[in-house]
Amino acid sequence: MIAEHLPALQVVVPLICAPVIVLVRHRGAAWAVATLASWAALAMAIALAVKVSQSGTLSYAIGSWPPPWGIEYRVDALNAFVLVLVSLIGSIVMPYAKVSVAAELPQEQEYLFYALYCLCLSGLLGIAITGDLFNLFVFLEISSLSTYVLIALGRRRQALTAAYQYLVMGTIGATFYVIGIGLLYLMTGTLNMADMAQRLAQVTETRPLIAALAFITVGIGLKLALFPLHQWLPNAYAFAPSVVTAFLAATATKVSVYALIRFNFTVFGGTPLLGEVPFHELLMVVSIAAIVTMSLVALYQDDLKRMLAYSSVAQIGYITLGVSLANPSGLTAAIAHLFNHGITKGALFLLVGTLALRCGDTRLSQLSGIASRMPLTAFGVVLSGLSLIGIPGTAGFITKWYLVRACLENGSWWLAALVVATALIAVGYVWRFVETAYLKAPGPQAPRAGETPPWMLVPAWLLVAACIYFGLETSFNVGYVVEAAKLLLAQGGG
Amino acid sequence: MSPEIAIVAAIALPLCGAVLIAACHRVPNLREAVTLLTAAALFLTVATLVPGTLAGELPAVRLLEPLPGVAIALRVEPLGLLFALVASLLWIVSSVYSIGYMRGNGEAHQTRFYVCFALALASTMGVAFAGNLLTLFFFYEALTFATYPLVTHHGDAEARQGGRTYLGVLLLTSTVFLFPAVVWTWLAAGTLDFVPGGILAGKLSGTEVTLLLALFMFGIGKAALMPFHRWLPAAMVAPAPVSALLHAVAVVKAGVFAVIKIAVYIFGLGASGASFDWLIYIAGFTILAASIVALRSDNLKRRLAYSTVSQLSYIVLAVAVLAPLSIAAAALHVASHAFGKITLFFAAGAIYTVSGKTEVSQLDGIGRRMPLTMAAFSIGALSLIGIPPAAGFLSKWMMFQGAASAAHWTALAVLAASTLLNAAYFLPIVHAAFLRAPSPGEVPHGEASWTMVTAMAFTAAVTVALPFAIALPLGLARMVAGISP
Repeated sequence: MIAEHLPALQVVVPLICAPVIVLVRHRGAAWAVATLASWAALAMAIALAVKVSQSGTLSYAIGSWPPPWGIEYRVDALNAFVLVLVSLIGSIVMPYAKVSVAAELPQEQEYLFYALYCLCLSGLLGIAITGDLFNLFVFLEISSLSTYVLIALGRRRQALTAAYQYLVMGTIGATFYVIGIGLLYLMTGTLNMADMAQRLAQVTETRPLIAALAFITVGIGLKLALFPLHQWLPNAYAFAPSVVTAFLAATATKVSVYALIRFNFTVFGGTPLLGEVPFHELLMVVSIAAIVTMSLVALYQDDLKRMLAYSSVAQIGYITLGVSLANPSGLTAAIAHLFNHGITKGALFLLVGTLALRCGDTRLSQLSGIASRMPLTAFGVVLSGLSLIGIPGTAGFITKWYLVRACLENGSWWLAALVVATALIAVGYVWRFVETAYLKAPGPQAPRAGETPPWMLVPAWLLVAACIYFGLETSFNVGYVVEAAKLLLAQGGG
Repeated sequence: MSPEIAIVAAIALPLCGAVLIAACHRVPNLREAVTLLTAAALFLTVATLVPGTLAGELPAVRLLEPLPGVAIALRVEPLGLLFALVASLLWIVSSVYSIGYMRGNGEAHQTRFYVCFALALASTMGVAFAGNLLTLFFFYEALTFATYPLVTHHGDAEARQGGRTYLGVLLLTSTVFLFPAVVWTWLAAGTLDFVPGGILAGKLSGTEVTLLLALFMFGIGKAALMPFHRWLPAAMVAPAPVSALLHAVAVVKAGVFAVIKIAVYIFGLGASGASFDWLIYIAGFTILAASIVALRSDNLKRRLAYSTVSQLSYIVLAVAVLAPLSIAAAALHVASHAFGKITLFFAAGAIYTVSGKTEVSQLDGIGRRMPLTMAAFSIGALSLIGIPPAAGFLSKWMMFQGAASAAHWTALAVLAASTLLNAAYFLPIVHAAFLRAPSPGEVPHGEASWTMVTAMAFTAAVTVALPFAIALPLGLARMVAGISP
């Protein structure tokens, strides 16, 4: 009975928890509800993933209105994979939030944080699960609006400007997205993705469709921080509360990339449209620009949070590069990197959050010799940094392998060279931390920081361990993904 | 112990040792005892694999499969066994030496030092027993990271700079050349297993083979082929035991080991000689150029480092000749150079510990104060020059034979010229140490602590004794080249 409604519950459970938390108001209870909601979401996501791998794509009609008239939730290997990523990160950051939020937010605002977090979680899960274009917009707005507030909760006053900047950019993005959907609806008279894919193939007048594609791509591009639409991201990540940064970096941009992939292959894949406009070529160009410029910018940041934020934009470039190659290996690399980079960046931001808590500062110039004061935190940063670089034995390596393979299969030697050469820039910025933390003596003004409380350290290290685990045991982040990639390419009329 | 368990134990033992060493950080004597016990246990474990391998068994273990179709797999074969035997035996010796050196110099962070040493050995065993290219690449990279904290041990500006060069060159080569080469091999051959006779036969055109070979040879930065050799002299900022075991044996030998392994088991000895010809010139150039730099270096460790660069290219050169005899010579040289060079580094470390001297020009008459140390040094030097009865003579002799059999006159000329250069940069040190009068006004000192002297005496003795107990290493080396023993 319940198993049948899993797709709906996946979104509804965290959504209901938000008003519950507001009614309860007690911060301890709020934390408990949000944590349980995340864990429940994870359990449901895993159940869905198992179900999909056994019996193929699931379709669920909301309110029993059959698609295409009603809203359809459609779970295939790709959705299920993203659902697991989002809820997994939520489940891990919540225990961390207990101490971190208490330290960073005023007591009376804590319950608001948890309520907004639940909204954001359900919004992100909703984007990932829905098979309806307008419903996707609704969830996009739910997650975005809650994100603006979550960022604004940051301790420093710049958090307000950062949130405002993101609000403006995000709203433009959402508007563009709706315009694109409107055009598609005009041309096809449907909002269901699967239905639209079929009807699009029969549309002969392609000019409005090209406009729709452009609007949607730019709209989603803003949300996923596609270069050069990424300007909101570094400030937002740097000034948001540490938990929020970790959660968003690991999930929000990833879910948006998911939406891009969905449009690219499921919706537009069957049309000749992507062949008519140099879509993948354009995507490749901006991806390369993102990887090269943002890696270099990251190299010169003093603030660790900003460094990681710019690195995120570059890493998203690797994902979109994989998408733009549009071959099985490239798509595998892209989807796998959603997960691999999600856990890697999640671990890094959680650890940097503990540095922020203990030292009150995340600038490298203030962190000299921190490894002797906080050995576990520093070592965690090094290990997840290795995953960011893509050293064998870490999750990052899996992506690099498939990406380089995709480039070579495509015959693009120079692209493979670019991918491996830019990995060296990542070595550069990770090693700036290593030299500062390990090879410099603690300065006189260095905080007498002790190790982080276990409530924060254990979740962070769980993700660090995941970076290693998923680099060695890859039945989920490769085995599952290969299936998803196959499915997408099949939808792409291949 | 079944061979399968022994292979896994060869990697697991040093890893467990590292954990135990860290756990014993409060009791230095216990900590060092753990190091020694682990090293001894490792050597015995590796030794149990010898009879089976000589009998032609090739025990293998599959651990994980991180990429579909490519597993982390371990497999014992003659070359890997030879390498593992040498490295694990010398780990015992250098641990004994380390105790004297680290305490004698009052080094800080000794626990971290021993932990990283054990991790480096675990990675080395992984390289030695790698059953396919991916596994080799995994442990090759792990070795880089395990040794980085040892290179930067002193934590000062010089160590930081050395560490940057070390990591920079090694990662640059492995990421930009070696990694794409591995992916390309996978795409071309559909497998990454080490197979006698190679896996690439008929899969790539001549130009592609040359290009792939170049990616591999320059990608294996640990083999220190010019122009990617600078990390080795940079690594000399490390304490002497690190330079001795890691940068004369484990790390650099992991590099040339990978070179031999890829040539024999990926390209195969039947590969077209035309694709390998250019390598003879690059290796030959490296041998001569590094020897000339060594000749002009006054810093003793730097001179030894450049001597290593040149000796490593002997092995690459022998591989490039592609004759069975020269492959066997390359395998044998892995062992003979190891014993000779570690002796030299032990001696350099002993001199530094008791007298603080680091330059060749300061060594006048030091043989009178440290006769044992300088005697060991002389034996090591003779071995590297290739003068009998020291071990280096044998492998060098086989190299000459191999090059002659393949009629590679350039290779022969390089070998001959470099022998003269070797003599030119080693013999003056021996001459100055024993025959020149010490400069007046020096603080008198004697030999270094007994642990260091013992270690040196042992490696020097093996250097001399090896030619008389050559059956095992030669047997293994010949098996690699496919010559029936």
